[in-house]
Amino acid sequence: MAVVSGGAGRAVASNPAAPPADAAPLIRLRDVIKTYGSGATQFQALKGVDLDIDGGDFVAVMGPSGSGKSTTMNILGCLDVPSGGEFLFRGFPVQTLDRDQRALLRRKYLGFVFQGFNLLSRTSALENVELPLLYRGDEKKARRDLSMAALEKVGLDRWWDHTPAELSGGQQQRVAIARAIVTQPDVLLADEPTGNLDSERSVEIMELLTDLNRTSNITVLMVTHEPDMAAFARTVVHFKDGLVERIERNHRPGVVPEND
Amino acid sequence: MFGTILTLALRSIARHKLRSFLTILGIIIGVAAVVTMVTLGRATTLQVQKNIAALGTNILQVRPGQGFGRGGGGPRPPDFKPEDVTAIADQVAGVTAVAPQASATVTAVYEGANWSTTVNGTTDAIFQVQPWPLLDGRRWTPAEEQAGKAVCIIGGTVVKNLFPGIDPVGKRFRVGSISCDVIGTLTTRGQAGFGGDQDDTVVMPIKAVQRRFTGNRDIRLMLVGVDQRFSTDAVQSSITDLLRERRSITGGKEDDFNIFDTKQISDTFSSTTVLLTRIVTAVAAISLVVGGIGIMNIMLVSVTERTREIGIRLAIGAVAREVLMQFLVEAVALSCLGGLIGLVIAQLAVGALSALGGLPFLFVPGINILAFAISAIIGVVFGYFPARRAAALNPIDALRHE
Repeated sequence: MAVVSGGAGRAVASNPAAPPADAAPLIRLRDVIKTYGSGATQFQALKGVDLDIDGGDFVAVMGPSGSGKSTTMNILGCLDVPSGGEFLFRGFPVQTLDRDQRALLRRKYLGFVFQGFNLLSRTSALENVELPLLYRGDEKKARRDLSMAALEKVGLDRWWDHTPAELSGGQQQRVAIARAIVTQPDVLLADEPTGNLDSERSVEIMELLTDLNRTSNITVLMVTHEPDMAAFARTVVHFKDGLVERIERNHRPGVVPEND
Repeated sequence: MFGTILTLALRSIARHKLRSFLTILGIIIGVAAVVTMVTLGRATTLQVQKNIAALGTNILQVRPGQGFGRGGGGPRPPDFKPEDVTAIADQVAGVTAVAPQASATVTAVYEGANWSTTVNGTTDAIFQVQPWPLLDGRRWTPAEEQAGKAVCIIGGTVVKNLFPGIDPVGKRFRVGSISCDVIGTLTTRGQAGFGGDQDDTVVMPIKAVQRRFTGNRDIRLMLVGVDQRFSTDAVQSSITDLLRERRSITGGKEDDFNIFDTKQISDTFSSTTVLLTRIVTAVAAISLVVGGIGIMNIMLVSVTERTREIGIRLAIGAVAREVLMQFLVEAVALSCLGGLIGLVIAQLAVGALSALGGLPFLFVPGINILAFAISAIIGVVFGYFPARRAAALNPIDALRHE
């Protein structure tokens, strides 16, 4: 079912909902290099990654450990900066921003979902979801309304006053997703969101992400090891040895490929 | 923005009640100790000064013997005689009056109620020497004094214990082996800083006490009133000269009597209590600093423990300054809370200890404000380092932290 769209190097993923092909993509990486350490212990995690991601796409990032996918995700999440090359977000060169400016960019445009959920313990679902709004400076009423709306979207509005310890893993991940989307970000970055969940919960989470991608037009970038989960994405980017190896387009996302 | 950070800090404190309490325990104890010590010291000093003022200023107390902590060994120096009293009153310039005193411990009885008290024999001169007005009734007449009649003026403690709810004036009660008419009552003077309850007394003409209780003409104490216009030092040395002559003490031999100036006692006691207060306060202040280090310690541990939390906050868009401020505000809010709790405990402790020590309850605004301000400053100083450390964390590493 998957279509191989060409070898390594420059690749453009597109979908019908995205703007015309000649418009700048939402995210553009050009010859991105990331080097850790120096001298003899120097290690090049990214060796010149080129990648374009259109707004509204659902992208799965796959690859073995050490292939550079996590480093790429950190750079795309503005948590890390490239050692070389260019990262354009909405046409803006992110590598020129300082630490606090990148924090503000994350606050406004990005939402994060982690493998380990990373909710604040002893804190109700509502207060967890509220957190990004607190940093954004929303008033109490607005915070509450937006947070309840986000919890409703993930189907947990009745659980708003429960702490993470009182919620199942799947529910915790839903709270984390509510927290990520409460600010209505452009991009949702999910780092192995189903890594800690059983297959049934995993499918539920993937369906939720797919739904958010379609109805709220949020661009989803997801790292995963599991082909079953990657099958929910419209675009699958494979990393190998610090480079993009290939990009697949999936015309029937949500259907598990029979054989790979 | 500050409202947000205050919200975050208070939520974090509320979520970790035990940790927060342990963090501020040192501050609570430090503030409570400093405020309690300073307040009690101030109250003690005031009380001592008040008691000594109640004894009367410009009074010299003349006693046989060499005074506190001296003498010892050898025969006991003789007591004074009524002639000594007259001699001082007549011959020393600047003396307004001399009141002799002879006392005995007795049991007083009225209608089945018993009370052990002190009977003090004196003359009418006592009312000129000491500012001790009558509450009710009258003083004894010169004729009664001369005859040594069994009439008495009683203090508040005796009234309370023998005549509860009864007007004692005009009643007759037993003092030791004699029966005695109450002709007056004394105003209450309260607890003395030393020497016990000044209201626990039965005052009687000295001749009556000498005849019925002590059985001799000896006088154990003379209270000498000094004219305001004269220096107590000059009068004191005149009395010394006169008594040395009358008691045949010559040349380099030491006095076998001592003269106390109440003002001098007052000064000594005041400076002692002030010094003690300072020392104890210094010790308490050290505990306050230790409390501050406790805050820093727990906040540093907290930064390590909460690394992942800090990572989450940074990832969802908190800027470094906001994380720094949150930790700093948490530290300051905690130490201020500790300061407030310490102040409340201090007032309770001052109340309890004052009641126990017979001191008036005192609220000293200055030390309360100062102690609270110091606790807030401790929060800023000891909270800054951990806060800076939290803010400097790299979000990726922080999120990976286990």
